[in-house]
Amino acid sequence: MTDTPEAESAAPVASVPPETDEIFARFTNVQKSYDGVELVVKDFNLDIRKGEFVTLLGPSGSGKTTCLMMMAGFETPTHGEILLKGEPISGLPPHKRGIGMVFQNYALFPHMTVAENLSFPLEVRHLSKAQIKEKVARALAMVRLEEFGDRRPAQLSGGQQQRVALARALVFEPELVLMDEPLGALDKNLREEMQYEIKRIHASLGVTMIYVTHDQTEALTMSDRIAVFNDGVVQQLASPDELYERPENAFVAYFIGENNRLMGEVSERLGDDCKVRLDSGDTVIAKPVAVGGVGSRTTLSLRPERVSILREDAAEQFDNQFTATVQEVIYLGDHLRTRLSVCGNEDFILKTPNAQGFGVMRPGQQIQVGWSSADCRALDA
Amino acid sequence: MSDSAAPLTTADGVPLKVSLRRAVRRSKLKALLLVSPLLLFLGIAFVIPIFEMLSRSVANPEVSTHLPRTVAALEHWDRQALPDEPVFEALVEDLREGQAARNLGLLASRLNYERSGMRSAINRTARGLGSMEPPYREAMIDAHTRWGELDTWKLIEREASPFTMTYYLSALDRQLTPDGDITMAPDNQQIHVSLFWRTFWMSGLITLMTLLLGYPIAFLLANLPLRHSNLLMILVLLPFWTSLLVRTTTWIAILQSQGVLNDIMVFLGVIADEARWQMIHNKIGTVVAMTHILLPFMILPLYSVMKTIPPSYMRAARSLGGRPFLCFRRVYFPLTIPGIAAGGILVFILSIGYYITPALVGGQSGRFITNYIAYHMQTSLNWGLAAAIASILLCVVVVFYLVFNRLVGVDKVKLG
Repeated sequence: MTDTPEAESAAPVASVPPETDEIFARFTNVQKSYDGVELVVKDFNLDIRKGEFVTLLGPSGSGKTTCLMMMAGFETPTHGEILLKGEPISGLPPHKRGIGMVFQNYALFPHMTVAENLSFPLEVRHLSKAQIKEKVARALAMVRLEEFGDRRPAQLSGGQQQRVALARALVFEPELVLMDEPLGALDKNLREEMQYEIKRIHASLGVTMIYVTHDQTEALTMSDRIAVFNDGVVQQLASPDELYERPENAFVAYFIGENNRLMGEVSERLGDDCKVRLDSGDTVIAKPVAVGGVGSRTTLSLRPERVSILREDAAEQFDNQFTATVQEVIYLGDHLRTRLSVCGNEDFILKTPNAQGFGVMRPGQQIQVGWSSADCRALDA
Repeated sequence: MSDSAAPLTTADGVPLKVSLRRAVRRSKLKALLLVSPLLLFLGIAFVIPIFEMLSRSVANPEVSTHLPRTVAALEHWDRQALPDEPVFEALVEDLREGQAARNLGLLASRLNYERSGMRSAINRTARGLGSMEPPYREAMIDAHTRWGELDTWKLIEREASPFTMTYYLSALDRQLTPDGDITMAPDNQQIHVSLFWRTFWMSGLITLMTLLLGYPIAFLLANLPLRHSNLLMILVLLPFWTSLLVRTTTWIAILQSQGVLNDIMVFLGVIADEARWQMIHNKIGTVVAMTHILLPFMILPLYSVMKTIPPSYMRAARSLGGRPFLCFRRVYFPLTIPGIAAGGILVFILSIGYYITPALVGGQSGRFITNYIAYHMQTSLNWGLAAAIASILLCVVVVFYLVFNRLVGVDKVKLG
């Protein structure tokens, strides 16, 4: 009677730990081309464990949404296979995949009330009236919109519409939920609130989620693992802290978080470290991550918060120390952003907390800055 | 904000409303000036003639202007027996005057609409007026038997009023008895009501046909990539660049019994040469040609509505587990109803007022009420009746428009 086994599955179990080793969905060597000339997705591989929250992060046009649409069944891979619970799903039309989906602009049906929107997936699965009523009420309670069942989507605020869209994607208890930039249309405060809301629901239902966004903060807050996309290729697939602390290439370092870049070439390898001669002539000791031998070009990546200001009387603590000129100080409330000129880089950013012990700097002032070679990663040029 | 009782003023003390009115007066004047040439043109060439024409549906000047003495003399008539000699004398004088001015024709036609034989009664009597001697009563009855009938005089008395409803009655196949009751016209003269019905149901059929043919095209237009949809849009608009007459007569070439379609059918052996289909100069011809001609008026409003429906609605419905047809029925179709209503009302209203196509390809059985308006304007010269039919048609259109505006809203009609 129903197209999907999920429809009959039991009520969601609370707090399933996300870390099980069962592979739930898998992309193998997926390629996609729309025009036969250019590949939008090049050789995409991804294993998703049951209950995991995986984010596809990347700039627009990087192929992340295309991957999501292939999973949902609205696009067919040009090459490769997508497996769901071990079964290839290329031949399966979207309505038989049993995957919940939240769209960028919610795609709530404007001619139906909220409750009718939520009962749609249950009606097409031929559930009884009583069951539908109960499940709709439960889904509305989950997103805290019990009172809004009789409203039309147009009568709701953006955040409420977003909750309804979420409830609708979950009401038929799919095991996998796809989200295509679902918070893109919300303002900042609401977006943060919804991020926690989605995390909470994910944790309590134990569903597997694939989330697409171009907002790195969103990706870092919500995900178990993040696949950073660029140019149709996954640049790095890792947990948020791994991505931030240990970016494997210049794109990831640039895309995730703020990042100071120094260009130069490797002049000497010293065991675990390397010496890099910058274009300005200075020499920096850095941690080689993605560099070739002596003489190869490299981009040094350094997080602004890992750079320290050295007092004149302090003993030497860092293996990299330079004199910098303050260019500009930007007041941001809880912290100060200071733009420095150091090692030939005019846009070297330094973040200092707005707290006691950190003196006020003025443009033109000369200061000493230093950083550890462990925080300075030598990446591809 | 605190003293809300005092009217708001600008800085120099002028009330805000006055100041605002002054500020917008200039731009209002400018707007009026810009539309005035068109307004003037429409007023002179369109609004005034239409009202003049429509007023003819109730105007009834013939008897009162051509038989003033008779009307005056009939004022005290008891309607029980034939009038007395003075009335006949007044009639003779009126007719003599009319004969001299040579304008008895209008009067004769007007009375003949209501009572056959009146034209010959007036014409024959008028020819013999010169030699007519008193007592006129006997002489007139002698000249034509109609003058000796009570109903003739009742008619003249009734039609002395400057307004009449008889045009509307005959537009609806009804007539007045001599005593002023409304009855059905004789069976062989009942024609307009059935024509009205035919116009309505055939227009409905044409609307339905344009919907069935236009809906998929509009869907394609709204969903194809821009490059292809532009080409398709040109094909949809192409008919607008071709003369209506050309499009209509092309259908004659295709559908007539020696035409292209019949030839192909005979060639393929589907039908015998002797049994060619009669597809033109009947209802089929009208429906086919008008469906073709009015199709763009259905496609464009549908397209403008479909364009605003994001494809993510259908995708959402599919991802929620709906089969394609169910998604269409539950999600897409309901969202296109404003477009269907807009296209439907546009095609229906255009269709009930269509004239040239039914006239050319409709033959006898495929003709619309508009063709009878033209007939009464051009051939029978009964402008009053033509005006009455046209007014009824106008009222029907206005009613449809109001209902549509109430249910859907006329601002939904967009052509692109």
